[in-house]
Amino acid sequence: MKISIILAICYLVLAPFIGGLLEGIDRKLSARMQRRVGPPVLQPFYDVIKLFNKENQVVYKSQSWLIVTYFVLMVLTGVMFFAGFDLLMCFFVMSTSATFLYFAACVTGSPYSTIGGHRELLQMTAYEPAVLLACVGFYLATGSFDVITIATANTSAIKYLPGFFIAFVFILTIKMRKSPFDTSASHHPHQELVKGLTTEFSGKNLALFQVSEWYENVFLLGVVGLFIINSKPVSIIVTLVVVFLTFFLEVLIDNSNGRMKWQQMLKITWIVTIVTAGVNTVVLMFIN
Amino acid sequence: MANITRSPWLLHYDGSSCNGCDIEVLACLTPVYDAERFGIINTGDPMQADIFLITGGVNEQNMPVVKQLYEQMPEPKVVVAVGVCACTGGVFKDCYNIIGGADVAIPVDIYVPGCAARPQAIIDGIVKAVALFQERAQKSEKEVDKVG
Ligand code: SF4
Repeated sequence: MKISIILAICYLVLAPFIGGLLEGIDRKLSARMQRRVGPPVLQPFYDVIKLFNKENQVVYKSQSWLIVTYFVLMVLTGVMFFAGFDLLMCFFVMSTSATFLYFAACVTGSPYSTIGGHRELLQMTAYEPAVLLACVGFYLATGSFDVITIATANTSAIKYLPGFFIAFVFILTIKMRKSPFDTSASHHPHQELVKGLTTEFSGKNLALFQVSEWYENVFLLGVVGLFIINSKPVSIIVTLVVVFLTFFLEVLIDNSNGRMKWQQMLKITWIVTIVTAGVNTVVLMFIN
Repeated sequence: MANITRSPWLLHYDGSSCNGCDIEVLACLTPVYDAERFGIINTGDPMQADIFLITGGVNEQNMPVVKQLYEQMPEPKVVVAVGVCACTGGVFKDCYNIIGGADVAIPVDIYVPGCAARPQAIIDGIVKAVALFQERAQKSEKEVDKVG
């Protein structure tokens, strides 16, 4: 119990640094893949510091409040996860926070950010089944929804859940806003939506959004780790290696794929989810 | 005051130009010149931009657009005019539709000459703009201190 509280506090304090560093590594790796020098690894921190020093333009009164709520709920998701709470509850809070982000984008009335917001909802429709199935999978494998019970099981969950793992890594591309699925935020250099979801965020609001994304990424990679970790101490190293490899895979996918339309995204994600996680569920039920 | 020179985000707007300078601006972002190593990002969003990079002259039709983009950018901000067209109107100066360089619409801080301006010159202009950007941020902070 004690260790889970320490982990939760560590997450609260360290996640923005780890998340920012990961983004820096991401940008550096991307640049190297494109044969560029790329920005320094600490670039994301420079960006956020600058944004905090800029004028905060608020388009609509409630916008800032909505972004703060998004931020708080996102942090809460991760804290609950690392404190070893119920996994279902974590994902539930995460979806709620995503809804607040949607509101923050749409309340501005700007066509770009509204389309971005709508696409965010579509993305949620695409990834939610895989997320919920992952929870079910963990339950079938370990008999509990509690993160702490899953993490301290005798064998790694991935032994029973390879299909769920594939489905989860697949939807991670959506959650981490990577090409070919970054339809809602349209990262540079493809700017058909200007900045989509974040078009009307500037200064502090954008900085807060950025930091929330870092918290979110660390949480998501934590879930990836949950598939691997077990009660043996050596599994921690394996977990870290797998998490980093997954992260590298996402960067590779991001750099080697063009953007897809949302229809394709929805179709492909659901097919992958049904085929991998679905088959896995059926097999698990037979075994049990 | 924090050091904010490491993260200049650009907004690039193409006025009434021949497109030569725009190609050069894009060339800055390619692997050969790689402007991102200075933290430069070409955002398309005025609300997130720090430096307004304008190419081409100003005419009746794009005058309100240029002004609006400038007003939408949060403080502190810097304007860089790239190419002689944006500096003075350039080769199009005497055309019936051209009013002049970018400075007829908005206050321009840095002029990058050339037809077309070379990527090296553009990056140099941005680096100068970044210094000014930091200076402005410090100044506005002092003013806030005085008022508060
Ligand atoms: S300065 Fe020369 S190259 Fe640049 S936009 Fe004008 S005419 Fe074209």
